[in-house]
Amino acid sequence: MDWQGQKLAEQIMQVMLLVFAVVSFGAGYVLGSFQMMMLVYAGGVTLTALITIPNWPFFNRHPLKWLDPSEAEKHPKPQVAVSSKKKSSKK
Amino acid sequence: MHSFGYRLNGLLTFAVTILALMCVIASLSDNLNIPSPSAEIQIMNINWFQKQPKGSDEVSLRVNISADLQSLFTWNTKQVFIFVAAEYETRKNSLNQVSLWDAIIPAKERAKFWIRSSNKYRFVDHGKNLRGKEFNLTLHWHVMPKTGKMFADKIVMSGYSLPEEYI
Repeated sequence: MDWQGQKLAEQIMQVMLLVFAVVSFGAGYVLGSFQMMMLVYAGGVTLTALITIPNWPFFNRHPLKWLDPSEAEKHPKPQVAVSSKKKSSKK
Repeated sequence: MHSFGYRLNGLLTFAVTILALMCVIASLSDNLNIPSPSAEIQIMNINWFQKQPKGSDEVSLRVNISADLQSLFTWNTKQVFIFVAAEYETRKNSLNQVSLWDAIIPAKERAKFWIRSSNKYRFVDHGKNLRGKEFNLTLHWHVMPKTGKMFADKIVMSGYSLPEEYI
């Protein structure tokens, strides 16, 4: 996910959970069934998890701009000196 | 919200917190219910009334208990525990309570009932004070919720008395 995607995922998660909480409480209260409230809420949590947790493509619409490969070659990564390290550890 | 595990943890924590809030509101909604229970107890027979070997009085009764407790049930009620207690005054104690019978009502449909039974638990006094004693029979109930606060109340029925002499 990109940064915008993370923010979107968090917002969707919070709104959906709150909406499902209200809907499930209303359903349970009107039907007079505590079990109905728990079932609707559990379904809502599962649905929210399916939408917000996996890395769906619509969360990646503003991808991060990494450096071009040609630019990266001009600045090579520093090499780790293996031989000198072995000598110093034997002290 | 960086990784899969991070988002999963955040979602589950938020979901459980909201669930706790829903349970609090469910318990508060019980206060909107105004119950109107009714009950009647008849003493059908005094089976026996004797002095125990140790010296305390004991009596065995047969009662007919009828009650309508349906209005106590709400959507948030798990069960209602009821018991019948005999209450009387003696020289030593201003209030004696002896539990005679109890039951658990698991659902609203079973809350309107009548039952004839002898006392489940022994009606024994601390001493020899029961001859000719006037007493109240009180039906207590405890409404046990699925979540939240338990409500308890009672109906006092007076005017019962025991025989003057042992049977």
